Amino acid sequence: MKISISKRLVLGALASVATLVATAGSALAATPKIDSGDTAWMITSSALVLLMTIPGLGLFYAGMVRRKNMLATMAQSFGATCVITVLWMIIGYSIAFTPNPDASWNPYIGGFAYLFLKPMALNAVSSLAPTIPESVYMFFQMTFAIITPALIAGALADRMKFSSFLWFMSLWLLLIYCPIAHWVWGGGWLGTYGALDYAGGTVVHLNAGTAGFVVCLMLGKRIGYGTENMAPHNLLFSVIGASLLWVGWFGFNAGSAVTANVNAGMAAAATQIATAAAALGWMFSEWLIAKKPSVLGMISGAVAGLVAITPASGFVNPVGALIIGVAAGVVCYISSVWVKKLLGYDDALDTWGVHGVGGALGALLTGAFASNAINSSAKGWLIDGNFGQMWIQFVDVAAVFVYCGVGTFIILKVIDMVIGLRVSPEVEREGLDINLHGETVHG
Amino acid sequence: MKLIMAIIKPFKLDEVRESLSALGVQGMTVTEVKGYGRQKGHTEIYRGAEYAVSFLPKLKIEVAVKAEMADAVIEAISSKAKTGQIGDGKIFVTQLAQVVRIRTGETDGDAL
Repeated sequence: MKISISKRLVLGALASVATLVATAGSALAATPKIDSGDTAWMITSSALVLLMTIPGLGLFYAGMVRRKNMLATMAQSFGATCVITVLWMIIGYSIAFTPNPDASWNPYIGGFAYLFLKPMALNAVSSLAPTIPESVYMFFQMTFAIITPALIAGALADRMKFSSFLWFMSLWLLLIYCPIAHWVWGGGWLGTYGALDYAGGTVVHLNAGTAGFVVCLMLGKRIGYGTENMAPHNLLFSVIGASLLWVGWFGFNAGSAVTANVNAGMAAAATQIATAAAALGWMFSEWLIAKKPSVLGMISGAVAGLVAITPASGFVNPVGALIIGVAAGVVCYISSVWVKKLLGYDDALDTWGVHGVGGALGALLTGAFASNAINSSAKGWLIDGNFGQMWIQFVDVAAVFVYCGVGTFIILKVIDMVIGLRVSPEVEREGLDINLHGETVHG
Repeated sequence: MKLIMAIIKPFKLDEVRESLSALGVQGMTVTEVKGYGRQKGHTEIYRGAEYAVSFLPKLKIEVAVKAEMADAVIEAISSKAKTGQIGDGKIFVTQLAQVVRIRTGETDGDAL
């Protein structure tokens, strides 16, 4: 900027002194104050969130399926990552995180000016993240856009065609995730209304969980569900995956401060506390009811805690985080084990039971435990006496649930009519790895 | 000549091998197998989904010996593999018609 100003000074013969001062003044005002610490933290956070999907989520899911479907499950995480990256660059970021020039549309969907990221110059800065380059903010939000659809793979495991899966990921990203991200974070109606969602309790987890619920109902149960042995083929992979999710989640939650400041620090602390508490909550519930503290239970509880603290992480104090964590462990155990058994749907890896229920629970508890002393933009019910926040959180949950549920149903219906959703029974029996990808795991 | 095949608990392998070596048995084949007998299986539970595991992991050992050694070998296996608990395994003995050592072409007793 200084260079451009001095060039203008050289050409000053053509301009009045007043114009020069005005030009320099406005140029300085528009100069983005890019902070190197914030930028470093946000590039790190973006990489951490990417680590959550590949290999974290991929391993978490792949360890839980049968051996014949392990590569197909990894392919879903990896394939989703690549397809969504490209779509985010082409149109996703534009419609989710840039303003719509038509003010009557802006509450619902962003604009189209950022197609192919064309206006994103080297020095560009988004008004939503004023201290880091827009390239970093776009990348950070891209990693959220990747993991959200990828989470749905847990519900459709073992039985969906890879071609249909990629169509589903693409359409769902653009028609469901991008609008909802805009509603809450991109300047849309839910954010304006006052919904508190720090890192994506509704935008990411309730959203993916609801889609998982719809897709598992529409696909139907796996062949042999309830009669054949569908035990996880290698829980060690799941433990590694869950641990990578836990570590990566600091980018997710603390990164959602979009700066390296006190809020990021408190969000990181809340995340760690809630996750451990939820792992214990699930473990002790299971120990009490099913008589053994399973490893799968511990890691499932940890993920449930990560999910539930996601919307709350930058708004609650450590005690709030502890309570949210314990609640998430117990409630998600009940929903994934007992409610699922009662209702009989085949949510293969519990995308609804953990992410849907945990996300909704976390969003509501955010309204209860948000503290103005922790985050000046929030006033919760129990600490600040703002009961109205509970209603706002409920509206947030209901809006995401209804829009996502209906939209996911329509998308899947269309894909089903055009190319079909499910593999043939022969392919399902023999395994997706060999039939869809021409590979198997040896050794 | 006799072929002695025994199904044993996996952790008993070393004791059995040592006792057979002491008897002068020159070789043994070991295979990891799964099966069931009188011993009940167990139940695995994953997020509430229960699976009965009825085939339990065992080891199958195979030893070919001269007929006069068979009783001593059977005695060694049954004493060393025994815990007294259900699931200790079984020993099967069959007549052995022919043995050939591939490297030298020796047959029967010379090949054992």
